[in-house]
Amino acid sequence: MTNRFERSLDIKNGRVDMTHGSGGRAMAQLIDQLFAKAFDNPALAEGNDQARLAIPAAGRLAFSTDSYVISPLFFAGGNIGSLAVHGTVNDVALSGAKPLWLSAGFILEEGFPLADLECIVTSMAKAAQDCGVQIVTGDTKVVEKGKADGVFINTAGVGLIEAGVDLSVHNIRAGDAIIISGTLGDHGVAVMAQREGLVFDEPVLSDSAGLNGLIEAMLASGVTLHALRDPTRGGLATSLNEMAQAAGVGMRLDEAAIPVRAAVRGVCEILGLDPLYIANEGKLIAFCPAQQAGKLLAVMRGHVHGHEAAIIGEVVEDDHAFVEMTTTLGGHRMVDWLAGEQLPRIC
Amino acid sequence: MKYIDSFRDNRLAQKLAAAIRQEVQGARPAGQPFRFMEFCGGHTHAIFRFGLPDLLPPEIKMIHGPGCPVCVLPMAKIDAAIGLAQRYPLTLCTYGDMMRVPGGQRLSLLKAKAAGADVRMVLSPHDALMLAKDNPEREVVFFAIGFETTTPPTAVIVKQAQALGLKNFSVFCNHVLTPPALKWLLDASGSGEDGVPPLDGFVGPSHVSAIIGTRPYEIAATGYGKPVVITGFEPLDVLQAILMLVRQVKAGRAVVENEYARAVTAEGNVKAQALMAEVFDFRDTFEWRGLGWIPHSALKLKDVYAAFDAEKRFALEPSAAKENPACQCPAILRGAKSPEECKLFGTVCTPENPIGACMVSSEGGCAAWYSYGRRKKS
Ligand code: SF4
Repeated sequence: MTNRFERSLDIKNGRVDMTHGSGGRAMAQLIDQLFAKAFDNPALAEGNDQARLAIPAAGRLAFSTDSYVISPLFFAGGNIGSLAVHGTVNDVALSGAKPLWLSAGFILEEGFPLADLECIVTSMAKAAQDCGVQIVTGDTKVVEKGKADGVFINTAGVGLIEAGVDLSVHNIRAGDAIIISGTLGDHGVAVMAQREGLVFDEPVLSDSAGLNGLIEAMLASGVTLHALRDPTRGGLATSLNEMAQAAGVGMRLDEAAIPVRAAVRGVCEILGLDPLYIANEGKLIAFCPAQQAGKLLAVMRGHVHGHEAAIIGEVVEDDHAFVEMTTTLGGHRMVDWLAGEQLPRIC
Repeated sequence: MKYIDSFRDNRLAQKLAAAIRQEVQGARPAGQPFRFMEFCGGHTHAIFRFGLPDLLPPEIKMIHGPGCPVCVLPMAKIDAAIGLAQRYPLTLCTYGDMMRVPGGQRLSLLKAKAAGADVRMVLSPHDALMLAKDNPEREVVFFAIGFETTTPPTAVIVKQAQALGLKNFSVFCNHVLTPPALKWLLDASGSGEDGVPPLDGFVGPSHVSAIIGTRPYEIAATGYGKPVVITGFEPLDVLQAILMLVRQVKAGRAVVENEYARAVTAEGNVKAQALMAEVFDFRDTFEWRGLGWIPHSALKLKDVYAAFDAEKRFALEPSAAKENPACQCPAILRGAKSPEECKLFGTVCTPENPIGACMVSSEGGCAAWYSYGRRKKS
């Protein structure tokens, strides 16, 4: 792109001001020199108010949106930009779709450093590239200082579900195995630790990651996959309760089988939290017939985002749709819906 | 986290459970179980979270005590805090679990915040002090609650506020004391005249005892003939304490034993005690939600610290908050009833919409039973 602007954007020292959202030259420059440059792809380069996209094959579309208001914006293992890509890519991919395109809407607070914005946008571009998706349309608004918290991002995503793929909570049956793709609570604890200034010997990193590659491998395995879900806000316990209720089944977990990092457990002890209720941003729960669970587990463990996968329980018939757990000590307890105490602004 | 795991060893738990089963076998006529109260919400939580009721024989009945700081705070105090935050241009800081508890008008600090009051969650009182220091133009009040564990940190910030010469910082002090409540429970449970069999002993607080030591519990043993075993919050600690209690009762002994020697001594934390004595005075009496008024059971700031006492700096509104008469907490806390015997349990009263003291926090007996245990009965 030739330089249409007299002076290029001062990313190092500059800050977002109201003109960056005014629709004038300053906004065009921000879009050109920051967003378009980072996200570069043919649909975006057309410069229209909308992306025009050819649907690559027959099938159904999956469409999802999410807004990201996480605080702090930068945390161990990611930032709001990478999170905004991974989160929406995952929401689309969990339907069994191949995610293709994203939109990105930014609400910027006046005074936000352009250097930070560039860092966020660069992470988004990298995350999109890693996931094999394109950010094809976007929007920028600026609000007065104090009316937002640095930056909020909305992303929406579209993906293609191939014929024959049908993942739904309503497929879940008594006798299904419940598999988790890895350790629980990493994202929530990483963000919480950052916020509270907790220091560990071994830092806890957010697990923020795009799961579409893992899901593709699982679909290709030939195993009868019934349903997938990502345990984000409210954690594993909340997701399982939602699914048990929707599918009209009960679930029985084995606490000893549920993978949780030692550091995460430690923080949870100190802060009085339960890892089962803490947000994850790079994990999925899978349901498949128990006889095929071993095969699926092996496939998942062969993937970088599933190498700590584990079978953590089974689906049973239960009119109450209760989620119950055998504790590490051999007792039993319910794993109930979360009541109150959530960690705010974790995604 | 090897340290944690060693207190959650499955085989050890099974061994302890077997030892308890062996001890209780034939020790009592059928239908007359050993009745032990765990005073602390932390123990209640551990018992349910690890499914300990499944490991215990029917001869052991655990009664869930009042030791949960947000549970025992009367609604009038919550209303007073909400009133402060709403009527004055100030920032009210408090612990997160205090924010959800509804007061008399079903309004909580969380809802007051949503309606525009400046209420902030802090992890430690120090955060509140720093907020005041960094914003000298802003009046900051710390809504202090809790037992002896959270009291010394409050004492520290009051002294620091004085040292810093802060003019914009005060504490709304609602700290309560464990020993008077324990004595109240002993008086209430002792006679068995209301058809409720007396308690056989207590699982004593862990963290609180690290501060106050084991001596304050002697009265239970010497004055009331009830054994006390002080123990940690780990599930194996709790099982071990139950085993020790059974053995004492069977042997006809009543002494204060300390299973938690890794943190608790007879004297406790003398420094922390001195600090508390320096900053606080006893209140003549204080209302405990679910128990009632208990003399000398709470603390207020000493007159020399009046400048930092929110009760002196601001006019607190009286509250007309009334407990729901159907709530059975007073009976539950004495071990006379169990949560399912309350008509409101699980229908009107749930953790999302708590009506009584025992439901407001996951450490309360009703909430723990609802969240972790209700499967059994349904
Ligand atoms: S269920 Fe609710 S109303 Fe009933 S005793 Fe427990 S706290 Fe009180």
